[in-house]
Amino acid sequence: MALDKFGIAKRIAKELKDGMYVNLGIGIPTLVANYVPENMTIIFQSENGILGMGPYPTEEEVDADLINAGKETVTLIKGAALFDSAESFGMIRAGKIDLTVLGAMEVSEQGDIANWKIPGKMVKGMGGAMDLVASAKNIIVAMMHTNPKGESKLLPACTLPLTGLRCVKKVITDLAVLEITPDGFLLKEKAPGVTVEEIKRKTLGKLICPDNVPDIEL
Amino acid sequence: MNKVVSNAQEAIQPIESGSTIMLGGFGLNGIPENCIAALVQKGINQLTCISNNAGVDDFGLGLLLQKKQIKKMISSYVGENAEFERQLLNGELEVDLIPQGTLATRIQMAAMGIPAFYTPAGFGTEVAFGKEVRYFNNKPYLMELALHADFAIVKAWKGDTMGNLVFRKTTRNFSTSMAKAGNITIAEVEHLVQPGEIDPDDVHVAGIYVHKIFQGVNYEKRIEKRTVKIVNK
Repeated sequence: MALDKFGIAKRIAKELKDGMYVNLGIGIPTLVANYVPENMTIIFQSENGILGMGPYPTEEEVDADLINAGKETVTLIKGAALFDSAESFGMIRAGKIDLTVLGAMEVSEQGDIANWKIPGKMVKGMGGAMDLVASAKNIIVAMMHTNPKGESKLLPACTLPLTGLRCVKKVITDLAVLEITPDGFLLKEKAPGVTVEEIKRKTLGKLICPDNVPDIEL
Repeated sequence: MNKVVSNAQEAIQPIESGSTIMLGGFGLNGIPENCIAALVQKGINQLTCISNNAGVDDFGLGLLLQKKQIKKMISSYVGENAEFERQLLNGELEVDLIPQGTLATRIQMAAMGIPAFYTPAGFGTEVAFGKEVRYFNNKPYLMELALHADFAIVKAWKGDTMGNLVFRKTTRNFSTSMAKAGNITIAEVEHLVQPGEIDPDDVHVAGIYVHKIFQGVNYEKRIEKRTVKIVNK
């Protein structure tokens, strides 16, 4: 069975290592924070100026002066630090962030990503996505394998305006875990009960399928 | 030295139609509510506004958009505002969308007197059109220019009569750089105090950058997305 968004987030959480500084994008990536393994310290960065973002506040804790980059009210963990946007993007640009997880509308077999604009429809802006993908050491895309029309989002080349070039390292979808390699998408794991045939059918970009593809373990 | 003015109307008095204004804030977080209201009331137009976001339909810069006082927005993300979308699609509004880190650093460079810098953000995308590309250590970078403004308007938590500013929680965002980048900087504060009441170690923006300061009133501090923890009782 294909994973739901919580399953995707759970699988991404397995990529976390103790002590990592992590930036999570809006949507499925935000859910990853709920699945940090016990006994592991992960510091979440929010690009509007937080290191050490904590969970949502209780009603009593809500502070209008404290939000995350998704404009949601949040809390700070003990040991958090605050700064301004210029410094925040300085640490992003300087490669201090260990892992960036973000959503995408399309990913190409070369690791290009498109996630900010659909020409002719509303342009909301790229926010911090272009800065993050241009500088992060390790970028994981969390998304559904196909769009709502059932069309593949893993393509030979992106058709939408790009956010960044050759930057994605790994894609984790409802169907599979794929690594971007010089030869295309390497199928590393598949969702339990999903066939390699289905993944092949729903991947338009070049797909490399080893003989034995293990199931995703959550 | 007299930087203190009595209210927002007096502070924005030198701002005229056609001005370029930086406005601090991230979403509705830490926006200069008093000065935005005064700009709406003054009715000047043809403004170029540099702000990470464009407010929401009925608050923040959305109020200036409603009255069609803005000619051009320079922002990184404008997705929370339907009136913005309508004006953009009708060709009533110009917009320049800039990657958020590039926007922050362009403002910071203006604050530091540096005319340009190189960043990898946007290389290979439509953001790169018309920009100089240079390679450093075999990596491509775009040249981006410092971003200046006639006026910068920020809201701080606390300020003293010499113009020193202290911000609270995530409200520093774009405001600290903008405050230093404006040709004329206006600060509205929740608490206006006397010199000596702010520990020099705590100052986020030194008074040299601030030209006018006033004690703001009636802060709404609207929350865009009120998310709370579900507590099982």
